[in-house]
Amino acid sequence: MSITDWFSARETKRYTQVADRRVAAPAGSDVPDGVWVKCDGCKRTIYEGELVENGRVCSACGHHFDLTAPQRIELLADEDSFVEFGADLAPCDPLSFVAAKPYGAQLIAATEKSGLPEAVVIGRARIAEQPIVLAVMDFRFIGASMGSVVGEKIARAFETATAERLPIVIVTASGGARMQEGMLSLMQMAKTSAAARQHADAGLVYISVLTNPTYGGVTASFAVLGDVIFAEPGAMIGFAGPKLVEQTTRQKLPKGFQTSESLLEHGMIDGIVARGELGSRIASVIGYLKPVEARAVANGGGF
Amino acid sequence: MAKPRHIMEFERPLIELERQLEELRQLDLADNVELSAEIDALAAQIEQLHHETYKHLSPWDRVQIARHPQRPKTQHYVETLFDDVVELHGDRAFGDDEAMFAGLATLDGRRVAVLGHRKGTNTKENIRRNFGSPHPEGFRKAMRVMELAEKFGLPVVSFLDTAGASPGLEDEERGQAWAIAESLAKLSGLKVPVVVVGIGEGGSGGALAIGFGDRLIMLENAYYSVISPEMCAQILYKDASQAETASSCLRMTAADLVGLGVVDEIVSEPLGGAQTAPDQVFEAVRESVNRALLELEAVDAAVLVARRYEKLRAIGEYCSLDE
Repeated sequence: MSITDWFSARETKRYTQVADRRVAAPAGSDVPDGVWVKCDGCKRTIYEGELVENGRVCSACGHHFDLTAPQRIELLADEDSFVEFGADLAPCDPLSFVAAKPYGAQLIAATEKSGLPEAVVIGRARIAEQPIVLAVMDFRFIGASMGSVVGEKIARAFETATAERLPIVIVTASGGARMQEGMLSLMQMAKTSAAARQHADAGLVYISVLTNPTYGGVTASFAVLGDVIFAEPGAMIGFAGPKLVEQTTRQKLPKGFQTSESLLEHGMIDGIVARGELGSRIASVIGYLKPVEARAVANGGGF
Repeated sequence: MAKPRHIMEFERPLIELERQLEELRQLDLADNVELSAEIDALAAQIEQLHHETYKHLSPWDRVQIARHPQRPKTQHYVETLFDDVVELHGDRAFGDDEAMFAGLATLDGRRVAVLGHRKGTNTKENIRRNFGSPHPEGFRKAMRVMELAEKFGLPVVSFLDTAGASPGLEDEERGQAWAIAESLAKLSGLKVPVVVVGIGEGGSGGALAIGFGDRLIMLENAYYSVISPEMCAQILYKDASQAETASSCLRMTAADLVGLGVVDEIVSEPLGGAQTAPDQVFEAVRESVNRALLELEAVDAAVLVARRYEKLRAIGEYCSLDE
């Protein structure tokens, strides 16, 4: 339900990027320190360059390291095809939220840390030469929580796709609604879901890709409204954080609870797709789920 | 035996003075000591404190009123405001969630569909109703009745009173997030008027799933929040007992939410909260809902849905780096 809740869960795989796992060079190696990474999955020490080459997936165990939005876009969109829009939108502090940490200071720190004005990047792009609208969330920015700007950008992404009759692909990662913007954040769940519905009513396809971690108000709104929902292997996905669920349920959670694999088993997602396959799988689905008028043309007027 | 009075934190100084007054009165009777001057003075002091206590409620005081066990609940509004109520059960897939009321009813001659979170009035009922926190099947039942309303052109009246959607293991496994998201999408495009009344607690996604529409009316002491003050405090201060501070930061009262453009109308409550004079509140809510329905039923369905979207689109504050 919240970022902290998610982070405090002992058994949960934490959000870790390649850069967070840099370690000293293995003994006897000629390659210097700083370019070696310890894998969260198999605990092996891997050469960073090899990991990056492999889409930040461990070639030994298949562990998927978490990606920033720019890294994801680079991997998923056709080369040089991504053209961002809505980049000028930046958060303000509508409630003048001052608690232990003032929100205004948190925003400045998040911008410095991520180099982004907010937790989602949206734009026009191509995947396997097919034009789409692409939105990618970045967990480094206050846990990619959804406040006014994230809601606005997701809504604009849907609206642009609807207006230009394009498929939309959204890659999610989020701790949930951003509590520092109070009810304005909660209402973004309704806003983004409404925008998704208009896109759906226009007969256009929405592919949602759930990545580690996706929780709370983002899961419970646009993230799971995709016509087709994919998830990356081993991602943690849920509504309430595991700690809260454990407190509520008063029993130990089953192994693998809230992982992509468990969601697939419970019938909540269409498939688990390894990072290397994601682009081609998305392209296939877009190829099948053309708007009706386009399909008639593609099939020479018939079905 | 009469139920003991439920005392809210902020009422304690008042209750203490009332106890002292009662002692003085007993003393006055027993000892034939002339205490009437003291009694009058204390009574006047109580009257003034009573007024001050209830006229200047903090957000945290209001949260306590919103959670007051004797506060009128969805079922009381349904029983009092509507005639010929036909409750509809079940989600046709898994079960019937007693934490969610759904049904058909008549409000002053107007046929409507009614939804509402349903808390219990005692422990036994509360356990059956999961303290008013719906499971996925509750939201799916609500969606089924939304569809029914749309098919037969009935406006939807929805009552909010939940601490939040149920966060249990089975809720996760049955797709709590999916149920809420689908309900949001359905509600956003519903081709009939939707009038929402916040009567008590408005806890996060579980409230929002049936909690937005063409008119959002809130009782003066109801709250509506992205997160419970306790959980917010836990995150901010690692201490749930700081909930009072968190409740002020979150801007969750009816008056705050009018300011943020989320709430359209406030229904005032009698001094001390709706539980002190429920009939007065029922009548005020009846009047507000009727007025909203009268206005909204005159609007063409396509315009209604477009306006609802525009209303949602306008909620949120941000700036542009280009300016």
